[in-house]
Amino acid sequence: MVESQTFSGQHRPPHSPSESVIRLIDVTKSFGEVDVLKGISFDVSTDSSAVIMGGSGSGKSVLIRSIVKLVTIDSGEVWIRGERVDVLDGHDLDRVRLGIGFLFQGGALFDSMTIAENMDFILHRHSDLDFADRRLRVEEILSWVDIVDKIDQYPSELSGGQKKRAALARALVLEPEIMIYDEPTTGLDPVSVRTVSELIVRLRDEQNITSLTITHDLECARIIADKVHFLYDGRILESGTLHELQRSGLPELRNFFGTSRF
Amino acid sequence: MPGKSFIESSILVEGLGRIGDLALFVVEFFKKFWRRPFEWRETFIQMDEAGSKSFILVSVTGLAIGIVLSMQSRGTLARFGAEAVLPSMLALSVFKEIGPVITSLVLAGRLGAGIGAEIGSMRVTEQIDALEVAALRPFNYLVVTRVIACVVVFPILTIWTDMIALTGGYLESVLASDMDYRIFFNSAFSDLRFSDLIVDTLKTSVFGFIVAIVSCFLGYNVRGGTREVGQAAMAAVVLSALLIFLADVVIVRISITMFGGV
Repeated sequence: MVESQTFSGQHRPPHSPSESVIRLIDVTKSFGEVDVLKGISFDVSTDSSAVIMGGSGSGKSVLIRSIVKLVTIDSGEVWIRGERVDVLDGHDLDRVRLGIGFLFQGGALFDSMTIAENMDFILHRHSDLDFADRRLRVEEILSWVDIVDKIDQYPSELSGGQKKRAALARALVLEPEIMIYDEPTTGLDPVSVRTVSELIVRLRDEQNITSLTITHDLECARIIADKVHFLYDGRILESGTLHELQRSGLPELRNFFGTSRF
Repeated sequence: MPGKSFIESSILVEGLGRIGDLALFVVEFFKKFWRRPFEWRETFIQMDEAGSKSFILVSVTGLAIGIVLSMQSRGTLARFGAEAVLPSMLALSVFKEIGPVITSLVLAGRLGAGIGAEIGSMRVTEQIDALEVAALRPFNYLVVTRVIACVVVFPILTIWTDMIALTGGYLESVLASDMDYRIFFNSAFSDLRFSDLIVDTLKTSVFGFIVAIVSCFLGYNVRGGTREVGQAAMAAVVLSALLIFLADVVIVRISITMFGGV
């Protein structure tokens, strides 16, 4: 068990390695006649980095959206740190969400605000810090993701990789214990893929942040994954290390790894 | 033709479904309106956006209405020897109907399209989801603020447009018949009742509510990409305009029943 420090210098209490941070039990979701999730169950343990891989249309995005209740599931259970999320609403749901950082595929930065404003907008509403302290926190996190020089620029002025790092900084501003990444490296050049992937690893190792990532990028998965779940047609087909999955004899997996980007 | 009736019935069902969704959206507004967080700062920003930035547009519209109405009516009234009632007729037309409706339509064009496109693009770029997972209550932040802003700003801009239109009518009268301003404005306000001004100006708050809620609804529920955002913006203007006319008929009927005709 390793004790870590957050960006604001607070000590994060150590967790038991076996503790389950995210747990999904038999989750199903349909849109009209289409069954997208067909009974998904898995656990993500403390301070680990789990990856869900799968082809387009396999239900990856719906799955991670259901964890933060951006999508309401039809049946099953979603648990975060021992609290059942799928039945929560209002302030209870807000409380759980505040402990989770979410990196959206396109970054989802508020384009009418600068990077600093994007982060301060959230920090101002959820903390008692005054402006100077908030600015300090924003600068510290932007330094950590190495774009502090972009602090007063608008998202439209940043490159794809910088946008991802700015969005990551915004997701970290409330010092979450869990990070969820939706295709963090999609559309990035190989150098940016490595940079963003290494940031995810550093967050796990230096900040003890548990992470769940969906990706179809093998390079990203190779760098960040402790455990990989392979999603196919709304079901977890196989779980294990990336190496184990790549050695699997299942035709769906062979087909996927045969066509995925390396 | 079974195929045709099937298509017609699905369009009907879809249309009724959309009306139902809009009604639920309105109910949601009234539920959220009373609940924290109250986004005062954003409300004032939206008032500024809707108000001061529409100022020149409604001023030009008002001036044109006054001048054209005066020019068009003068000849007809002169044929009946009733040129002296021109200011009174102009004031009644402008304050009771033309000012409120034209101002609201012009604002529907500018604000409806703007709100529909802005919220729609926030939806497709996941910015609304980002607000949601940061526990920032996007409905309060995006919808409630814009609706309040429009409800407040529409009557203020209508009064301004009415006054500018009357001034335009006066300027035209000065050029055409060298009319004294005291005679013009005394005559203009002689037949106007306070209840007329109140009801016919405040009805634009209802129009403002319609424009904002319809535009927010269409933007908030965009699914797809930029094409759908454009369609939402266009639909916001068209539907707002139609509902303004419909609401106008109902409000005028009620006002005549309550306060009597001119």
